[in-house]
Amino acid sequence: MSCCAPNASASLAIAGSEPVTVSMDELVLSSRDLGDGSRQSDLSVPGVHCAGCIAAVERTLSAMPGVESARVNLSMKRAAVRWRAIDGQPPDLIGHLRAIGYDAHVFTMESDTADPEYTRLVRALAVAGFCSMNIMLLSVSIWSGAEGGVRQAFHWISALLAMPAIVYSGRIFFVSAWRALRYGRTNMDVPISIGVLLAFGLSLYDTVQGGEHAYFDAATSLIFFLLIGRTLDHVMREKARSAVAGLARLIPQGATVIDADGTRRHVPVAQIVPGTLLTVTVGDRVPIDGIIVQGSSDLDYSLVSGEAVPKYAGPGAQLQAGLMNLTGPLTIRTTASVENSFLADMVRMMEIAEGGRATYRRLADRASALYAPVVHCVAFLSFLGWMLATGDWHRSITIAIAVLIVTCPCALGLAVPIVQVVAARRLFENGIMVRDGSALERLTEIDTVLFDKTGTLTLGRPRLLNAAEIPPEAMTIAGAMALHSRHPASLAIVAERPENRSRPPNFESVTEQAGLGLEARSGDVVYRLGRPGWATGKEAAETGEPNSVSVLAKNGVLLGRFLFADRLRNDAAQTIVSLARDGIWTEIVSGDRGSAVEALASTLQIDTYHADLLPADKTQRINDLSASGRKVLMVGDGLNDAPALASAHVSMAPASAADIGRTASDIVFLHESLSAVTRAITIARTAGRLIRQNFAIAIAYNAVAVPFAVLGAVTPLLAAIAMSLSSIMVVANALRLRNGISGGMASRSQSGFLIKKPVQVAA
Amino acid sequence: MSLNYLSFLVPIAIVLGIGGLAAFLWSLRSGQYDDLEGAAARILLDDDSE
Repeated sequence: MSCCAPNASASLAIAGSEPVTVSMDELVLSSRDLGDGSRQSDLSVPGVHCAGCIAAVERTLSAMPGVESARVNLSMKRAAVRWRAIDGQPPDLIGHLRAIGYDAHVFTMESDTADPEYTRLVRALAVAGFCSMNIMLLSVSIWSGAEGGVRQAFHWISALLAMPAIVYSGRIFFVSAWRALRYGRTNMDVPISIGVLLAFGLSLYDTVQGGEHAYFDAATSLIFFLLIGRTLDHVMREKARSAVAGLARLIPQGATVIDADGTRRHVPVAQIVPGTLLTVTVGDRVPIDGIIVQGSSDLDYSLVSGEAVPKYAGPGAQLQAGLMNLTGPLTIRTTASVENSFLADMVRMMEIAEGGRATYRRLADRASALYAPVVHCVAFLSFLGWMLATGDWHRSITIAIAVLIVTCPCALGLAVPIVQVVAARRLFENGIMVRDGSALERLTEIDTVLFDKTGTLTLGRPRLLNAAEIPPEAMTIAGAMALHSRHPASLAIVAERPENRSRPPNFESVTEQAGLGLEARSGDVVYRLGRPGWATGKEAAETGEPNSVSVLAKNGVLLGRFLFADRLRNDAAQTIVSLARDGIWTEIVSGDRGSAVEALASTLQIDTYHADLLPADKTQRINDLSASGRKVLMVGDGLNDAPALASAHVSMAPASAADIGRTASDIVFLHESLSAVTRAITIARTAGRLIRQNFAIAIAYNAVAVPFAVLGAVTPLLAAIAMSLSSIMVVANALRLRNGISGGMASRSQSGFLIKKPVQVAA
Repeated sequence: MSLNYLSFLVPIAIVLGIGGLAAFLWSLRSGQYDDLEGAAARILLDDDSE
């Protein structure tokens, strides 16, 4: 193995991500046709970190028959593969990557992976940088004493150079300012645009008139500085967004339909009408609501309703979209189309919730709403004052514009984005992706946190409790049998298999019986792993905690008992304690049974909990809290949490959340530890403090500089120095966030807490 | 006369600058900044057969 064993590495190990089977059809559906028979697929490979990973992935893919070329993009954790179907079958790209330890899935982001906005910003930045630097060079000569014809020539060259910076690079600000003004609002770009345009206009006029001063350098370097901030902001946000987009899709986009003549084909979900027959293989999620026609299985409800215990379902049972099929293949008849399925209901509720949420005005925009009128008034008053005093309108305008340039919110324009870029980067390093720029600002305001239970406070997966007490022989046999199943309990047993295991007996067959467990045959020996009564053949054996126990039996003779419990997310208890210490109120809102929620609440010492909630109840709870003036952070992962996530003031979801939950939430955290919640709050609060400090610096600087400008003492040289100084101070202050908080609130502990929570085991 | 040499030195400087800008825009367009981390890591691969 190379320097990093991808599955063991902590840096981007995604919490709770089960391997999702991707059918060949899905690979074909999501690929692009390049003509001449070859196709391109973009795979998201979260496990690549280093040169060794690049080599391993590219070598493995390139060696496969049918693959023409493979190239890994390390920054995006993505692999672009060109392939050709052999005998109508695409190469099993994902299977081969799994085999060498890299989890991969098909990446489908609005077809095009290029980011036009980024390219546009960088281009504008390059032009502004080129122009402003050359103008600055000429300005230095003028400040050093160039006079007469030379100064005149330099002013003209500067004007020429300023043109592309204003027209091409400045457009980004002008468009945004114009959009705000048209809707009768102001934002940060309005004073910036006015300042830049006036400075340019005046300088151009003075150049034509052969005047002494020109502010081309100020106008262009302002654009350059502000574009740096804006580009960094965009890059950070895009990085977070693409990291989230790269997570595996949990709800299938397509389904395998059985036609009347028995043929099967893969069809996009959107085209499926009620009454269609579908197959749902083991490990797949139910793509659309339906009734079981044939087969029986255990179904994992955790993402849909928050119930942690898988349920058995046979023919006639009603299934909701999003349920995971664990143990047996099913044939279902759909009862709804996509538009009126459970999933679509959630989307509709989310849209209503989002419409009801007060639109948040970003801090910078609120600041500029106060700031712009003041600055523009001061400039206008100085114009009036000088006009009355001297009657020289050119001089008055020059001074008014000098006021605008000096106060032009360079520091203010950088104050917020730079801090947020540094904060977002820190969060990114901790596996916390901020999808929305204003989320950090909103996060500083919260005073209440609502947690979903299954999958959020707990991992939603059982863990084997007594691995040490089970005889090694039983462990080996059970481990070998469990490999054949996707039931959570089986996965838990496989995870605990000893390192140096002895060879298990050779099974002739391993069959899974839905609701009961696994049965393996080796010669005339029958091993059964699962429900105690079924495995040993003695119904009386079921005792106190029937659901959390599963046994292994050989011909009905007990070999070992396996105890399971759902596991708390790492650092869950600590997180709740830290939140309480910060005076933040916590509650649990869960769709699971009362007893299960109560057990968890008492373990975590959360006083207020709500069980058996429907999605609408969760939203209602948030609305009630909001109505009483509270700012709620919702942390949830399930489909049933999506409306609540959309209606909360801020929302967070783990990477293992349902797609729709991830889309609804502002922040997504990749690591297993729940300390991401406190960490995000801490960083957001520190960032908020730094932003306020930056505002203070900008205001203090203005308080000093404006009197000089009003008195007419500011030359272009002074304006340039003052502007650069204030920008450097603001940026330096923002960078303090990088090393300001180390470690975060909760230390990383590897031991999870266990709660006694019955988990049905049928494996 | 100072204007004499300035009159060709300044244009040369600006033309060179524009050349640099054009080179940057070209490299941006041709995707050389798409995977900076990958570019840094690939230098360590000795069997790059492409």
